Amino acid sequence: MTDSILKPTRRVLLAGGAAAIASPFVLRKAQAQGAFDWKKFSGQTIDVLLVKNPRSDLMQAAEKEFTELTGIKVSAEQVPEQQQRQKAVIEFASGKPSFDVSGISLHVQKRMAAKGKWFENLEPFIKNPSLTAPDFDFADFGAGPVAYARQADGSLDTIPFFVDYWMIYYNKELFDAKGVAYPKTMEEIFTVAQKLHDPAKGVAGFVSRGLKNANIPVWTSLMLGQGMETVSPEGKLLTDTPEAVWAGELYRKLNKETGPVGQVGFNWNECQTTFMQGRAAMWLDGIGFATPLEDPTKSRIVGKVGYGVTPPGPKAHHAGMFADGMGISRGSSKKEAAWLYLQFMTNKKNQIAMLKAGAGAPGRSSAYLDTETIAQSKFGKQYFDCLLASAKIARAGLPQIVPVTEFRDVFGVALTNAIGGADVAAELKKATETFAPVLAKSEQG
Amino acid sequence: MASADFTPRYWLFSLPAVLVIAAVIVFPWLFTLYMSGQDWKIGGGVEFVGLGNFAELMKDQRFIESMGHTLYFTVLAVVLPIVFGTAAALVFHREFPMRGVLRTIFVMPMMATPVAVALVWTMMFHPQLGVLNYLLSLVGIGPSGWVYEPSTVIPTLVMVEVWHWTPLVMLIVLGGLAGLPREPYESALIDGANDWHMFRHITLPLVWPFIMVAIVIRTIDALKAFDTIFVITQGGPGTASETLNIFLYLQAFQFYKIGYASAVVVIFFVIIIMLSLLLLYARQKSKWNA
Repeated sequence: MTDSILKPTRRVLLAGGAAAIASPFVLRKAQAQGAFDWKKFSGQTIDVLLVKNPRSDLMQAAEKEFTELTGIKVSAEQVPEQQQRQKAVIEFASGKPSFDVSGISLHVQKRMAAKGKWFENLEPFIKNPSLTAPDFDFADFGAGPVAYARQADGSLDTIPFFVDYWMIYYNKELFDAKGVAYPKTMEEIFTVAQKLHDPAKGVAGFVSRGLKNANIPVWTSLMLGQGMETVSPEGKLLTDTPEAVWAGELYRKLNKETGPVGQVGFNWNECQTTFMQGRAAMWLDGIGFATPLEDPTKSRIVGKVGYGVTPPGPKAHHAGMFADGMGISRGSSKKEAAWLYLQFMTNKKNQIAMLKAGAGAPGRSSAYLDTETIAQSKFGKQYFDCLLASAKIARAGLPQIVPVTEFRDVFGVALTNAIGGADVAAELKKATETFAPVLAKSEQG
Repeated sequence: MASADFTPRYWLFSLPAVLVIAAVIVFPWLFTLYMSGQDWKIGGGVEFVGLGNFAELMKDQRFIESMGHTLYFTVLAVVLPIVFGTAAALVFHREFPMRGVLRTIFVMPMMATPVAVALVWTMMFHPQLGVLNYLLSLVGIGPSGWVYEPSTVIPTLVMVEVWHWTPLVMLIVLGGLAGLPREPYESALIDGANDWHMFRHITLPLVWPFIMVAIVIRTIDALKAFDTIFVITQGGPGTASETLNIFLYLQAFQFYKIGYASAVVVIFFVIIIMLSLLLLYARQKSKWNA
C-alpha cells in the first residue's frame, strides 16, 4: 500500500487527477444534498387525491422512491376526473378534507379553490430553505403556467405540473395528396378543410368537439384569435360581442360544412378515433391527446401526423391553455410532509419522466430542453416545436370564474344548436342572458 | 293458542326497525324536502326561499324539456320491451329443438352490467367507424347519426333498453304462461277456436296480471334510467336526451345547486308516487278474481 503511494502507477495518477478535477462539483452537489434534510418528517403518512390519468400513474410509481428518500408513507387514490372534482368540492366544503394533497384542474376549479380557501399558499414553503431542496428550482416552471396558477391576490396555491395547449393535428398524407399547405390563418382553416373534405371517401376536412360542454374550448380557442377571452378581467361577459359571434360562426362552418356525420355528439375521444383512423384531415384539440396517434396498435396514421400551432386569428395569435395543479389542503395537519411530496413529484426528473412517457406536457421549461428525451421520443421534432411555440403564445382557454361548468353547459348548448342550424348571434345572446345572473350570483356569495 | 299480546311493553321490540327506517328512509326524505326550500350551493351560504325553487323550475325551459324527454323515453322503453318480451315468451313457451339453449342466449343481455353495455353500444353507434352503419351499408341504406343526431338519439337509446330488458319481460310472462290451466284451451279447440282466438280471449286475459307486473317494473326502471344515457350521450347532443335524471345530476353534482336539485327530486317523487298508485290500481283490477 505504502509502496503504491510512493510509486504510483499511471492508472492511479489518472484516477487521482480525475477525482481532483471533479471534487469541487461533487462537493457542491454533496453539500447541496447534505444541507437539505429529506428525512425531517419521516414516519408520517400523507393522503393524496389524484385524477385517474397516466400522470397519476407515474406519481404512484414514484412513491416508493419518495418513501425511501423521506421516510414518509403515501396513501394516494386515483379517481376518474368528474368524480374527483365532485369529491374535491364536497370534501373541501366540509372544511376537513380527508386528503393532505389534491390535484385540481386549474381551468375548472382555480377560482373555486380560491373562493373556498382550499389550499395553502405555497410561496412561504418555496422560500423556506429548510423545507425546500436547493435543486427544486421553482424558477424553472414556465412563466405562463405559473401565471395561470397564481390567484388574483397574487398567492400561489398550486404547482402547475401539467399544461395542455390547443393546436391542430393534421394528416400529412391527406394534405400532400391534394397539394394543400397547412393553414396560415384561422379563416384558412375553413378553406383548407373545404378542399380536403371528401364525404364520398369518408374523409372529413375538419373534426372537433360538438358535444355540449366539451365543445367550449374549440370556440374559445378561435375567439382568442380576436385577442379576446370570454370574460373580461373585470368580470364582464364578452360572449355576445361581434368577436364571440365571429368565433361562433367559424366554429359552426367548420363543423357543419366540413365535419363528419354526427359530429354534434362528438367529445374528444370520438374526434381522436376519427382522426386516428384517417377519417379526418384536421383535428383541433389539446396536444395532450397525441400519444395514441403514434401507437401502431391503435392508429392508422403513425408517422403521418403533423403537429401545427393554432394559426393566428384576425387580431391576435394565441394557443388556448389548460393546466392541472397540485396543492396542499389548508385543513391538513401534515403540511410540511405534503410539501416534500409536492416537491418530489414535480422535480425535474419526474417532469422529464412525464414527457418521456408521453403522459403530457410538463410545467417545467427544462423538460423541453432535455435533448436525450427528445431524441428518444416517438414524437418527432415537429411535436416539440409545436409544444414550445404554443407555450410562447399560450393564453387561458376558459374563463377564470367560479361557475365554469355552468358556463360550459349553457354556451355548449348554444354552440350545439348553432351546428344544428340556429342563428349563432341569437344563440349566444340567449346564452349570455341565461348565464349573466349565474355569474353575478357566484361573485356575490 | 294464546292470543297475541300487543301491550306497550312489546312495542320496544319494534324500535330498532323503526329507528333504521327513520334513519335511512324518513330522515333523507324530510331533509330533501327541507333542502328544496333553501337556496344552497355547495361552498356558499344557505338562504330560505320557500317555494322559490319550485317557481323557478316551472320557468326553467331545460327542466320542462327534460320532463318531455323522460316521458318520451319512458313510454317507448316500457311499451316496446313489453310487446317484444310477450311475443318472445309465447315463442319460448312452445316446445321446439334447442329451446333451452336459445332461451339462455336470449336472456344473456339482462345479465350484462349497464355501463359495460353502454360502452359497447357507444362504439357500435360511431357514425364513421361503428358496425351499425357498416351493416346498414351492406343493405344499401345510408349512414344514420344514431345517438349523434338530436332527432334519433332517444329512439336509439330506447333500442339499447329494449335489447337489455326485453329478456326480463320474457321471463316474467313465461312464468305466467307456465302456470296457465289447460282446460280453457281444450274447450276452445272443441268449439273451433284458432290460435289467434285462443291468444286474444284466453292467453292474454289470463297472463295479463303478469304483464302488469312487468309494466310496473319496467316503468320504474325506465323512469330511473341514468347510467346508460349518461355513459352514451350525457344528455346530448345539446339537450336532446336530457331526461329528468340527467338534469338532476347536472344541478346537484356539476353545478352543486343542492336546493334546486332537491326541488327536482321532490317533483320527481310526486310523479313516481302518482304513477305507481295508478299502476298498482291497474294491477289490482287485472287480477283473475277481480
